[in-house]
Amino acid sequence: MATDGPLVLGIESSCDETGVSFVRGTTLLADAVASSVQEHARFGGVVPEVASRAHLEAMIPTIERACADAGSRLSDVDAVAVTSGPGLAGALMVGVAAAKAVAWALGKPLYGVNHLCAHVCADVLDHGPLPEPTVALLVSGGHTNLLLVRDIADDVQSLGATVDDAAGEAFDKVARLLGLPYPGGPSIDQAAAQGDPRAIAFPRGLTARKDLERHRFDFSFSGLKTAVVRWVQERERAGEPIPVADVAASFNEAVADVLTRKAIDACREHGIHDLQIGGGVTANSRLRELAEQRCADAGISLRVPRVRLCTDNGAMVAALGAQIVARGHAPSSFALPADSSMPVELVQAR
Amino acid sequence: MSHVLLAIDTATSAVTAAVHDGTRVLASESVPDARRHAETLTPTIDSVMAHAGLSPRDLDAVAVGVGPGPFTGLRVGIVTATTLGLALGIPVHAVCSLDAIAHEIASRGEHGEFLVATDARRKEVYWARYTVRAGGVARLGDPAVSTPAALDPAVRALPTAGRGPLLYPADFGVVVPVTDVDAGALAGLVVHRLEHGGELLPPTPLYLRQPDAQPSAAQKSVLS
Repeated sequence: MATDGPLVLGIESSCDETGVSFVRGTTLLADAVASSVQEHARFGGVVPEVASRAHLEAMIPTIERACADAGSRLSDVDAVAVTSGPGLAGALMVGVAAAKAVAWALGKPLYGVNHLCAHVCADVLDHGPLPEPTVALLVSGGHTNLLLVRDIADDVQSLGATVDDAAGEAFDKVARLLGLPYPGGPSIDQAAAQGDPRAIAFPRGLTARKDLERHRFDFSFSGLKTAVVRWVQERERAGEPIPVADVAASFNEAVADVLTRKAIDACREHGIHDLQIGGGVTANSRLRELAEQRCADAGISLRVPRVRLCTDNGAMVAALGAQIVARGHAPSSFALPADSSMPVELVQAR
Repeated sequence: MSHVLLAIDTATSAVTAAVHDGTRVLASESVPDARRHAETLTPTIDSVMAHAGLSPRDLDAVAVGVGPGPFTGLRVGIVTATTLGLALGIPVHAVCSLDAIAHEIASRGEHGEFLVATDARRKEVYWARYTVRAGGVARLGDPAVSTPAALDPAVRALPTAGRGPLLYPADFGVVVPVTDVDAGALAGLVVHRLEHGGELLPPTPLYLRQPDAQPSAAQKSVLS
């Protein structure tokens, strides 16, 4: 068990997962997560009010579970880190308010951290300190970002992001079209296993020559989603059966292809030999496979944390908090806002 | 031995906090800001505790209003109260926020029946009817949410506190000038109920409305 460094409590509530964790240095001591994903299933996507209600219900039990798992009391905590944005405003507020209450009650410093930077930082818990600089690809239900990380606590630069849907959103929508269950990521991945990824040539968003000038590192999944819908509707109109496995595999391939292609291009452009991938879509087997293959071909060393650390959790928040504390940065104020559109360059909110 | 209580409420347009020693309010502060509860509440708590010359360890209990009130702000107060209770190992006592407004009115020596109607947004009010009796104020029925016009005209004609009559003057009778919850009054109400009995609730929100969401239609909705 790690004994070095301050004990950091991390709280996450930006979307549909209530996460509470304890981290010391780069050692994960407890990681409690309560998910409301099943409550959203019948709506086909995350409903903000449903998520916020679930966070409130789950907060105290999840803190208690994390304490029990870590064998720690709340009063042992040296610092409190919380996701202050970006995310769903009402959901974020539950975590931010809880974190402030712990910090104020115990007289400990509070650190409001960026959810996206926390995703990048999660991997320190699996593979130790980040190689810096590194390019980071972050893909989840709410975010699709390509980042240049020179220092995870101080210097994170946005290279590109989705201009419309997040990658995970596209999975949910295509899954719904194909009659596969929510959340779409695991459903499509599973269906794709039996299909031919080359069966249908779906478009790769923002990869045309004209798009590469302005959107070289940006993503677009809206056109892909529409292309899948059109393809399926044409078959339906013609009275032909829908080859669900082939559609899933071809869609999966289009997403994984464009994500990895642009990530590797970003590494080359910036002369960086390390790529970090995080976010819930990282659970996708084709994305992992293609990233491994292309990184190996390009001489880039790839780091991907275990799936549990890729989805939303308090561990990544505590991990980033620990890095910020280690740099000796001033804590955030008790007036810390929940910032639903917090820019990725802002690692810590004051 | 004094019993030090921190009271907070975020169910109305004020973020409010007060410290009570079991006998009187030591410090109280209200910030009229309906949209920044998450930012304002902890600094307000910190401020009233500093004014009272107390530190968090001096607290014996937390009191919180559980609404009804606009959801996002309401949750901030409740999760703050429950987390403080957990971190400090002290109990959390909850009451209906409208009762705190009624308690303040009763303690001003008003008598008879009156109405509390607060802003529920979407052209609706959260409301409850009260009567002042010997020894205190009693709520007549559960709190509810509706448009002002949907209230019985006889009920709407009662003297009315809360922001309801300020937002919808044509729909209500005489205005009782207590617009938002004051945490000092809420603390007094909780102390009263702890001593004399009365309804103490679990610290869970009185939402009175279901989340707005429609189960997704099948397939074709993707393109629409």
